[in-house]
Amino acid sequence: MAKILAYIESKENKFKNSAFETISEAKRLSGILGCDFASLVISNQSADELKVLGDYGPEEIFHLNLDEMNSIKGGNIKYSYSAIAKAVSEFAKQNGFTIILFSGTGFGKALSPAVSILTDSALISDITGINVNDGIISATKPVYAGKAFAEIKVNSANVVLSLRPNVFKAEKTDSNNAKVTDITSASLNLSANDFSAVVTEVVLSQGKIDVAEADKIVSGGRGLKGPDNFHLIEELASVIGAATGTSRAVVDAGWRPHSEQVGQTGKTVSPGLYIACGISGAIQHLAGMSSSKCIVAINKDKDAPIFQVADYGIIGDLFEVLPVLKEEFKKVL
Amino acid sequence: MKIAVCVSLVPDSTTKVKIGSSGKSIDENGVTFILNPYDEYAVEEAVQLKEKSGAETYAISFGSDRSKEAIKKAYQMGIEKGILIKANSDDYDSYTVAKNLADALNELKPDLIFFGKQSIDFDGMAIPGMVATLLNLPFVNVVTKLDVNRNEVTAEREIEGGKEIIVSALPAIIGAQKGLNNPRYPNLKSIMASKSKPIEEKNSTYSGNKTEVISMNLPPAKGKGKILENGAESAAELVKLLRDEAKII
Repeated sequence: MAKILAYIESKENKFKNSAFETISEAKRLSGILGCDFASLVISNQSADELKVLGDYGPEEIFHLNLDEMNSIKGGNIKYSYSAIAKAVSEFAKQNGFTIILFSGTGFGKALSPAVSILTDSALISDITGINVNDGIISATKPVYAGKAFAEIKVNSANVVLSLRPNVFKAEKTDSNNAKVTDITSASLNLSANDFSAVVTEVVLSQGKIDVAEADKIVSGGRGLKGPDNFHLIEELASVIGAATGTSRAVVDAGWRPHSEQVGQTGKTVSPGLYIACGISGAIQHLAGMSSSKCIVAINKDKDAPIFQVADYGIIGDLFEVLPVLKEEFKKVL
Repeated sequence: MKIAVCVSLVPDSTTKVKIGSSGKSIDENGVTFILNPYDEYAVEEAVQLKEKSGAETYAISFGSDRSKEAIKKAYQMGIEKGILIKANSDDYDSYTVAKNLADALNELKPDLIFFGKQSIDFDGMAIPGMVATLLNLPFVNVVTKLDVNRNEVTAEREIEGGKEIIVSALPAIIGAQKGLNNPRYPNLKSIMASKSKPIEEKNSTYSGNKTEVISMNLPPAKGKGKILENGAESAAELVKLLRDEAKII
């Protein structure tokens, strides 16, 4: 009998939207398979803070205290991926969970391969859909950076899936009957040896939305003509609450950091709104952003390939368009 | 010190993808295959470590004969020895690749193992973590900075909106991200030398996929967008469309 576990990421003791998406999908899948599901969180949150998850459906929330877990190793550590992977795997095995869902965030993508080996599961990562046919699970996964989609079937009793953020719907349920159950690391057979690599420090850039997680992105390309003109992109992004992105050509020219690069050798994104300014739309870039729900292109070249994937666009000089566009957004926001 | 770099051959990122006649993979006609771009950072890091403090360096690939091209590119960049694990068929998943690499690495026993953070074909980001877990070794993926000391490494791992500092025991597996270094361009002499350099061939030690591609499709074609042609004068109309029609603002 199948049984689903949603591993819920808690970053600095807060849940991201991708966590709610993962729970909602676990609930939907449990309905199709007619099986139980529960969620597991490893954090320093209180039972009340954890009960928020119950708004999205799980009745059972299992919680392992992160500080207690880290005390096995001792010293100055934030967390250890290897130890968390062991904890999730042991918990799943001991309690008969056969399907484990992760959010396909950096965290989930680091944990899921390890958990797939420790639980003897098939792994399909960064998926955009889950299907069930005659009780057999398959998943849709973008390949070649979204230039194609593969439907991949599981040939194994156990399966680990990581869900691409911003794709699955987070849906609240009518009532919250969540019950929080604490588990201990002793019951999960953890030892200091499981902490072979440890995170000693986490450095976050304050106040910036990361392009991989953003629901809105304003991207600037070579059409900006130089690093000094990117304030136009930043200002528009700030008005609509968007992250800033860029193209490979701009990163390779050293104008912007690699962390902002969207495309096949950068980040694959699927925000609700993607505004491409002065980006012609090289195939590598299109691969990374064409699954965005609404694409807006601003370019002076009417034949630029970006217009082929755009839902809306303006043909014009971005140095003239962007300042006006910013003011027009301000009027309605 | 012994350093291994696991490399793969992938379609060039400029490839325009077409679906092959099986309906389960891409049409490889006319596709140029290259060393996975992230593997270049892995190879460069290994070669820099060799140049700095001396090391035996290996490039290992799992796949068909064609994968020798990935090893040759690693040779051109300064790797000394190469091992090809020959796949029994073209039909293998990330688990099969990981098992075969783990078996070969278990025999070789390197102190440090590099991968590119992911290969740009299936983008699974799965194999480094699988191999590490199969070998019970620590791993850090998406690494943008690395300091190797005698018994441990300190790595900076890129995460959403920032970075983690990770300390790991050796041996360890490191997944290279863009930014770790600037991969060198091979010179003519090294390109010529790589042609005659031998590659050790091994037989596959495992087959038994846990997943199977049942179909592959192109993304649905997009309808024609509304493209406004009056430059800055169109800005107000665009905002109105985003608000009233797309309902996104």
